[in-house]
Amino acid sequence: MPKQICYEDVEVGAEIPPVAKVATTQMLVRFAGASGDFNPLHYEDTFAANQGVGTPIVHGQLKRGWLGHLVTSWIGEGGSLKKFSCQFRAMDYPRKMKDITVPAEGETWWCKGKVTKKYIKDDQHMVECDIWVENGKGENTTIGAATVILPSRQ
Amino acid sequence: MAQAPGITDELKGMIGMMTEPGIMEVERGAIRRYADAIDDPNPLYRDVEHAKNSRYGELIAPPGFFGWPVKAATMGGLTMFGGPLARAGFPRILDGGSEYEFFIPIRAGDTLTSYAKVADITLRGGRTGNFVMITLETTYLNQNGDVVAKARSNLLGR
Repeated sequence: MPKQICYEDVEVGAEIPPVAKVATTQMLVRFAGASGDFNPLHYEDTFAANQGVGTPIVHGQLKRGWLGHLVTSWIGEGGSLKKFSCQFRAMDYPRKMKDITVPAEGETWWCKGKVTKKYIKDDQHMVECDIWVENGKGENTTIGAATVILPSRQ
Repeated sequence: MAQAPGITDELKGMIGMMTEPGIMEVERGAIRRYADAIDDPNPLYRDVEHAKNSRYGELIAPPGFFGWPVKAATMGGLTMFGGPLARAGFPRILDGGSEYEFFIPIRAGDTLTSYAKVADITLRGGRTGNFVMITLETTYLNQNGDVVAKARSNLLGR
């Protein structure tokens, strides 16, 4: 099991270990099924074109799920996510599949974050951070913030 | 194209309304499938033995689980707002983001009930023209009646 991060280990300005993600058409199908979001915007070409986004786009809620992964893997089982916000700034387009399990070449998305604040409130060790999803062109297409409670060594 | 679309009386009348309460049983399989779909290998979402030995004692739901599985089961949001928005000249509905506050972890086996209130409906100006912002405040309760989470989320009509 990875070592538990503690409040004392965290400095303002520090980066959260980034998490890489590859959105594929297959991932969008899985996410539609798992989430119950069956909006054709995420799988039908003509519908997506008529909605003005060109081709089917990655679910905003999938990118939000990625950011949840980023934060919860960083804080470990000893940490608790207290607040979690997310806004969508730009569309993302999934890679196609090369075969049943292998994505075609293309973009990789990176979930990243940075600590913005740390303080003790009501005996709880709180850390705030900015979080975002960066696409292959280096643009932040989804941005958000998280407040977490970390264990303390004291 | 509707001319000079704005907030209609029909939309104004929705401020303060409650959506239908939604009920969702949180199942282990649904949590696993969600974790697989977002490509999150955390054992707390799939390994029952691991979870039983953790401080949670059972599989828990990832934070994003509140995005859609719960929302899809608990909210007729799009159907409720689709008609009034279209009639006001804003046929497209977009997710305008959300903010969640968590109080109690959601465990497999929980039954969640959500209540969403239409907190506000406003006309906003953007780079690409006006849009309508619908702000919802949702409270999630578990089977014991405890508040497990609260959310403030925006739907955009354009």
